[in-house]
Amino acid sequence: MTAPPSLEVSRLAYAYPDGTQALFGVDFRVERGERVALLGPNGAGKTTLVMHLNGILTAGHGTVAVAGLPVGKGSLKEIRRRVGLVFQDPDDQLFMPSVREDVAFGPANLGVTGEELERRVKDALERVGMLETIDRPPHHLSFGQRRRVAVATVLAMEPEILVLDEPSSNLDPASRRELAEILRGLDVTVLMVTHDLPYALELCERSLILSGGVIAADGPTRKILADADLLADHRLELPYGFAAS
Amino acid sequence: MGAGHHHRLHRPGDTLVHRLPPQCKLAAVAGFALVVVATPREWFWAFGLYAVLLAAVAVAARVPAGFLLRRMVVEVPFVVFALAIPFIGIGERVTFMGLSLSVAGLWAAWNILAKATLGVVASVLLAATTEPRLILLGAQRLRLPPMLVQIAMFMLRYLDVILEEMRRMRVARESRGFVARDVRHIPVIARSAGALFIRSYERGERVHLAMLSRGYTGSMPVIQDLSAASRQWLVAGMLPGAALAVLLGSWGVA
Repeated sequence: MTAPPSLEVSRLAYAYPDGTQALFGVDFRVERGERVALLGPNGAGKTTLVMHLNGILTAGHGTVAVAGLPVGKGSLKEIRRRVGLVFQDPDDQLFMPSVREDVAFGPANLGVTGEELERRVKDALERVGMLETIDRPPHHLSFGQRRRVAVATVLAMEPEILVLDEPSSNLDPASRRELAEILRGLDVTVLMVTHDLPYALELCERSLILSGGVIAADGPTRKILADADLLADHRLELPYGFAAS
Repeated sequence: MGAGHHHRLHRPGDTLVHRLPPQCKLAAVAGFALVVVATPREWFWAFGLYAVLLAAVAVAARVPAGFLLRRMVVEVPFVVFALAIPFIGIGERVTFMGLSLSVAGLWAAWNILAKATLGVVASVLLAATTEPRLILLGAQRLRLPPMLVQIAMFMLRYLDVILEEMRRMRVARESRGFVARDVRHIPVIARSAGALFIRSYERGERVHLAMLSRGYTGSMPVIQDLSAASRQWLVAGMLPGAALAVLLGSWGVA
């Protein structure tokens, strides 16, 4: 028997309490080990979708399953271990007074203690190249460093899938490249929410376009980015001077 | 963005005093303050001995006098208040350098000045030798309600972020030609303060989501082991212990 997909979203629909419908039936799968970009214009429902992946929002209709486990009230703890969500603003993600405590927060909530906790913290920081900042307060780090520590905070939970919300936003070109190298080196499934199309092309074989609350396209990133009409239909465009061919 | 600055109260070091667990130091400072407050104001020499004890701690912690003096500025409002009492006090009066002063007021002023100064020096020493977050963790070990500790922790973490946000809003105002000159500008400042409050509130919501995403269930996990050995309690107990000995000894004499 083959392993269940890292992420399986089927017929997911959601309306906000005020009645605004954000998702209208989203269907897609992410296989284990894949790196997939979720593209879409502002207001397409990307963030709403991401909030469903670890049960912060509960589906109005349809299901989300992570490595075969459906997201639901009873499975939240395990789901949140399996789905590592990296928020857009690292100042929202890093809320503890020191890097060490911040990276330890997740695994400690899972009941990891003592030497195993220390090992996980060091290991996660090592993987993003930030081990030397372990005793520093997060607000003393540069923006790029904070984003990398934010990735470490979820890696320490040993997730099944890493979900990144706009990972390249506000990064200078060098930090952007360094983060790409780190992400490429990780052996986890990645779902990357972005409208930085070159970044998607650089990191992800496959892309989805979420537009108007449904998946409007699903295919190889290169092919999707080469289809100018498709992109234009969904308010996406490559930056000036770029061409995916 | 804020990089490389330290909390101004803390003075990093690796002395015996720095290494003591925070809960021991907190309890020691509290105990010392209680003894000081319980000392009758007429026992001048007891206060002198208390000062000597604090000086000994400062030497052990390698905290220079200049550092201590600069941080004692927080006491200034109390000093001003204390100095005013002899002038406004009632009852028997003495004349000193042409000024008519109330005797009861002079005693009250001395009482406030001596006790407040000792308390402030002890607190400054605590802050100088203990990282702010460790003070909070120590307070938690001493059974301060965890909710209060969490609130203080977040304040510690987000103070710089909020100040930076405030600075950006000021730059944005001034870039459009606004300079606060007189009272007519208060409404603008007030609206900015309101906007800052809402932004901070929204950040709070996002932080909460981030916490939930990493398995937060209402209580902070214990990450750092802060247990204190009985030897360390003994060391920390030396300050209030010695002060208590002075107090009880004086009682025998008086």
